[in-house]
Amino acid sequence: MLLRHTTSNVKERKALTVNPAKTCQPVGAMYAALGVHGCLPHSHGSQGCCSYHRSALTRHYKEPVMAATSSFTEGSSVFGGQANLLQAIDNIFTIYEPDIIAVHSTCLSETIGDDLGQIVKKALDDGKIPEGKHVVQASTPSYVGSHVTGYANMLEAFVKYFAYNTEEKIRQVNLLSGWVEPSDMRELKRIAGLMDIKTVLLPDTSDVLDTPMTGEYKMYPKGGTTVEEIASMGNSMKTVAMGEWGAKSAAVMLDNKCKVPFSLTEVPIGLKATDRFIQELSLAGKISIPEVITEERGRLVDVITDMHQYLYGKRVALFGDPDTLIPLTEFLVDLDMKPVYIVSGTPGKVFDKRMASILSEKVPEAKYKNGPQADMFLMHQWIKEEPVDLLIGNTYGKYISRDEGIPFVRMGFPILDRIGHSYFPTVGYQGAIRILEKMLGVIMDQQDATAPEESFELVM
Amino acid sequence: MNSFLKDRETQIVTKGKNSAEVACEKNSLAGSVSQRACVFCGSRVVLYPIADALHVIHGPVGCASYTWDIRGALSSGPQLHRLSFTTDLKEKDVVFGGEKKLYHSLCELIDKHQPKAAFVFSTCIIGVIGDDVEAVCRQVTREKGIDVIPVMSEGFNGTKKDGYKIACDAISKLVGTDDSYTPSKYSINILGDFNLAGELWILAEYYRKLGVELVSCMTGDGRVAEIRRAHKATLNVVQCSGSMVHLAKDMKEKYGIPFMKVSYFGIEDMSDALYEVARYFKDEEMMEKARTLVRDEISKLLPALQPYRQKLEGKKAAIYVGGAFKAISLVKALRLIGMKTVVVGSQTGNTDDYKLLKELCDDGTIIVDDSNPNELSEFVKLTGANLFIGGVKERPIAHKLGLGFCDHNHERKEALAGYVGMMNFAKEVYASVTSPVWKFIK
Repeated sequence: MLLRHTTSNVKERKALTVNPAKTCQPVGAMYAALGVHGCLPHSHGSQGCCSYHRSALTRHYKEPVMAATSSFTEGSSVFGGQANLLQAIDNIFTIYEPDIIAVHSTCLSETIGDDLGQIVKKALDDGKIPEGKHVVQASTPSYVGSHVTGYANMLEAFVKYFAYNTEEKIRQVNLLSGWVEPSDMRELKRIAGLMDIKTVLLPDTSDVLDTPMTGEYKMYPKGGTTVEEIASMGNSMKTVAMGEWGAKSAAVMLDNKCKVPFSLTEVPIGLKATDRFIQELSLAGKISIPEVITEERGRLVDVITDMHQYLYGKRVALFGDPDTLIPLTEFLVDLDMKPVYIVSGTPGKVFDKRMASILSEKVPEAKYKNGPQADMFLMHQWIKEEPVDLLIGNTYGKYISRDEGIPFVRMGFPILDRIGHSYFPTVGYQGAIRILEKMLGVIMDQQDATAPEESFELVM
Repeated sequence: MNSFLKDRETQIVTKGKNSAEVACEKNSLAGSVSQRACVFCGSRVVLYPIADALHVIHGPVGCASYTWDIRGALSSGPQLHRLSFTTDLKEKDVVFGGEKKLYHSLCELIDKHQPKAAFVFSTCIIGVIGDDVEAVCRQVTREKGIDVIPVMSEGFNGTKKDGYKIACDAISKLVGTDDSYTPSKYSINILGDFNLAGELWILAEYYRKLGVELVSCMTGDGRVAEIRRAHKATLNVVQCSGSMVHLAKDMKEKYGIPFMKVSYFGIEDMSDALYEVARYFKDEEMMEKARTLVRDEISKLLPALQPYRQKLEGKKAAIYVGGAFKAISLVKALRLIGMKTVVVGSQTGNTDDYKLLKELCDDGTIIVDDSNPNELSEFVKLTGANLFIGGVKERPIAHKLGLGFCDHNHERKEALAGYVGMMNFAKEVYASVTSPVWKFIK
């Protein structure tokens, strides 16, 4: 019992976080920057940060993850990191030749008061940024928010830097996505394609973190939203932003800077969230919903119909990021399951409000918490008080799953011990079928493994 | 090699071509995609295997998240080290200081888990915001009656290697605090083994067969009580020179315990490690036991390796690992299975390590310090390597280039130390280099 220390007695904790259900801003900034073509993320801080983020992303995607670092020393922590960043910009453009360097700060550079904007301006003034190349910067202090905040800040920085309204409206819709997998980004584009709507998706990590094996190593893979595409977002008809936490701030920026109106929806996970997303797309693109989409929806509803007897009343505990947890919780309720415990380390008031609206009537006993001390230790304590039938979250859930014998579906970041998330989406109607398949798979495997001989069933 | 950063030229040497020494122990250039980590990382990996101690990370959440149970250091008893505890500092704490938060966290954890000692890791911003971590530790030590040891491992304060040193100093505060134990006259401490994939257990068994008592291991499968009496051992046997030599030197100075450097990878180095210990104790019976053990093991191992050697003969390997000492053993171990090392490098090697490597390698071998993915992939192409030995960040690059891979770092799943480790190593290399998947590329 690896988590033998967990007791069922929940006590108010003032200071401590045990087994966090989040990580820090910079890794999100790095992930977002990888979704822009020809971009090298740069971590302005100590070497370790960059190394940890690259390792975390590498373990999750099993792909090379490139990023540079300002390699802070004791001197830089006293005199500021300007010299390091200037030298870094020079070195990076000379050797690694990216089109864009996306600089994000760290707790260290923030605390000593480095002003990224001013340093980048100095680099520009000193001629360290070659013609046609770009340095984008975002402030991502690790002690504010979570990895999702860093992701949002980097997205906002990209549109702030590149998007321009040149007064030529194009028949195009911007898709700003919350933190999802490359497979999900690919799926969002496929859905937009089926609806025959021209879209720009930002960021787009497909063909960056799911690249095919060719025997060659490319520092800048073919995927990623291009500079031209991001620039053109300023001329789009509308922005559909998926996610209060990950995508909203960039949408607001586009609205303020380029007067592109936006509608805020959720990451399209599950039936209703996908319905809303399709609705938004059809409104934004001024297009009616095509038959193929209706058929995909029909297939999802058909699967739910066939299997609803296995879903009814199942108690679920889930943890992860709010942008994905909210629609997932809604989906579980629609499946007649009972999402009873929900935890996210990412702060934000909307979480409580949305969860209340989804759960208060259908699952009044549900407990949910986000922000400080909303960690996996708390979730485990809740589970010990009253068990659940299913656990959904990132790989760190496996300790609880093993100790308590709970079927476990991996969703979220990071997934360090299974594959699939890079290739099979969980967004859209098809993605919802995959979620169903995974949940039913582990629930039924458990039933098969533990059923007494006489009630062991062949047909399920 | 015009595609490399000019200032890095001195850190790359081709044996036979340039006579220069490999420049090393430099800070990485700003802007390089270095594979190195930070001071905190160094301290954390060294101390983390002490399984009945509390490890609390004082800082924003990230440093705790990324080091949560990632190294696979096995414990035969308590598993407390595998949980992640952090003060999770927020903006308010950065402004007003995090001392109170740290104090409350420590009290709460110590009451709950009753650990034998506690380590408190300072991360980057702690040094900057000026929390007096040492004072908090002293206070909690006083109030709770266990050793609460500050580990001043601010990330920017040097390299990963400096982090090892800081960890050694922290351990050193425990060593010598229990005089009540008297070990046998043939007793050792193992330093610098972290019991990845259970490797320490293999080594402990070998030494037991020689009649040598293991007083403590620092830090694989480590226990606070054993570390407290480590100064009672007669000899320190140090592996992984980068991480623990500092402690060995410290113990020599304070307690007069001599130390020897060994490696447990490959037949030659493993056997030497046993012979050297027997030689030190000047006990003919022990030496005979060592000879018997080595003979038994090798007579089983060599024929078993033969089929793998046949398949791997002439294949080329690139090595890029954390410590250079390990790289040296790997070059020898690869030779034993017929493979030639064409690229070898490390994150933290020193001048002596690189001298040794240069002597050991064949002409044409590229020797490199603090490399990056671009260089490594260039070297691999240049030399036509078939296998890459490295860690987590190198694996997908090697795979993308169509090379076999062996993880000789945190993520090794099979024990690679000792004779059985050599067998595992051969199997792993063989399986990867000869995998049918390489035929399907293109």
